[in-house]
Amino acid sequence: MSYQIKLEVFEGPLDLLLHLIKKNEVNIYDIPISIVTKQYLDYLDLMREFNLEIAGEFLLMAATLTYIKSKMLLPKEEKAGVDDMEEDDPRAELIRKLLEYKRFKEVAEDLGKREEIWRDVFYQGHDTLPETDEEKEETMVEVGIFELIDAFRDVLDRLPDNKSLEIIPEELTVRGKMTSIIERLDSEGTNGLTLWALLDNDSTKRSIVVTFLALLELAKMRLIRLLQVEDRETIRVFRSESGEEQVMDEL
Amino acid sequence: MEDVEIKRVLEALLFVSGEPLSVDRVKNVLEEIDRGKIRNMFWELQHEYEMRLSGLRIGEVAGGFQMITRPELAVWIKKLKKAKQSARLSKPSLETLAIVAYKQPIVKSEVEEIRGVDSSGVLKGLLDKHFIKIIGRKDVPGKPILYSTTKEFLQYFGLRDIADLPTLKELSDLILEEDKGDKYETGEEETIPQTLPLEPSDP
Repeated sequence: MSYQIKLEVFEGPLDLLLHLIKKNEVNIYDIPISIVTKQYLDYLDLMREFNLEIAGEFLLMAATLTYIKSKMLLPKEEKAGVDDMEEDDPRAELIRKLLEYKRFKEVAEDLGKREEIWRDVFYQGHDTLPETDEEKEETMVEVGIFELIDAFRDVLDRLPDNKSLEIIPEELTVRGKMTSIIERLDSEGTNGLTLWALLDNDSTKRSIVVTFLALLELAKMRLIRLLQVEDRETIRVFRSESGEEQVMDEL
Repeated sequence: MEDVEIKRVLEALLFVSGEPLSVDRVKNVLEEIDRGKIRNMFWELQHEYEMRLSGLRIGEVAGGFQMITRPELAVWIKKLKKAKQSARLSKPSLETLAIVAYKQPIVKSEVEEIRGVDSSGVLKGLLDKHFIKIIGRKDVPGKPILYSTTKEFLQYFGLRDIADLPTLKELSDLILEEDKGDKYETGEEETIPQTLPLEPSDP
């Protein structure tokens, strides 16, 4: 028997809370804080099980919810002398935040609908549609350090847990790796090589890290360029025209 | 100048301009014609295009009039250009844009306060796409950057001006006006900066 689990990903704690409120069909003005807190925490547990990273904001909200819950459980304090018509509802601030966020979520939806109509509208002089041939030419942007780290982390995460001890001869020096990368780019990388392609021989954590360092060095020396298609994930490595060729010879 | 002649001029200007053409700019060209007349002529032209079932229409976008294609013909245009469209904006991008649009000028921390999540990446993305721009810094400790929406934003969503966005009060029909005290009553309608006097909606 196989199970299919689908985990909804939420943008943030407010997003998740609104979802829970909707799912439970409760009144946003009178949130049953116990139930909601429990479900919220359950969700965080689920995220952990899926090995999803929980952003700090989620944890902060968990603390906030628990705090509100505890306040609701406490007996109401008697305010001596003051005629307290208005009880301080500990949920008030949270409700306000949720309502405001909800408003903008709805506006965003409206904008999304407008976007759908208006992307089909064209006018003179503005080419929203790039002319293409067979190959779709998309703008490529320089990859930042964080995208590169993300990509490598991805790769490391996908490494099978290799418990066995294998001794494989491989390029373990950064310099050696740098040379081999350049060689590969020169021979087969006219259209750039993807990170995956560069790493296909690397099966150990160490060699992947070495490759990462090699790419950084090469980028610093401007011998390669790291580009990424906008809105996409794949990073491609290109040989750079200019560069310190003489430095390479020294390697 | 005869009405017919004026409309011919406007049509030609619209075609050549590409970008939305404001009444003011046209006034610089047709000096003797007053703004009200120019506007009326635009509307008549707009109507004429509708009547003859043209593949083009005269839209009112981003503070001006513009000759644009009818959305239902997009499929043919894409065929001509042999291309697919660029990706749509993500939900976080739309949310962030919504917040900036209504609350501009606004700083990053205020955006994050509303969304409840870090928004640096989204804001940078929107800056790169020119949907928002930096208009200065807020005069508070830290001097954080102030953002507002751009003309490209209006164009992309086919808005005449910021006031063209549904007023927040309309949206709050869903939110009951009775409240639990003044704590979170937004009270006064959000004032939306107006760039042009409102014009009657398209037919």
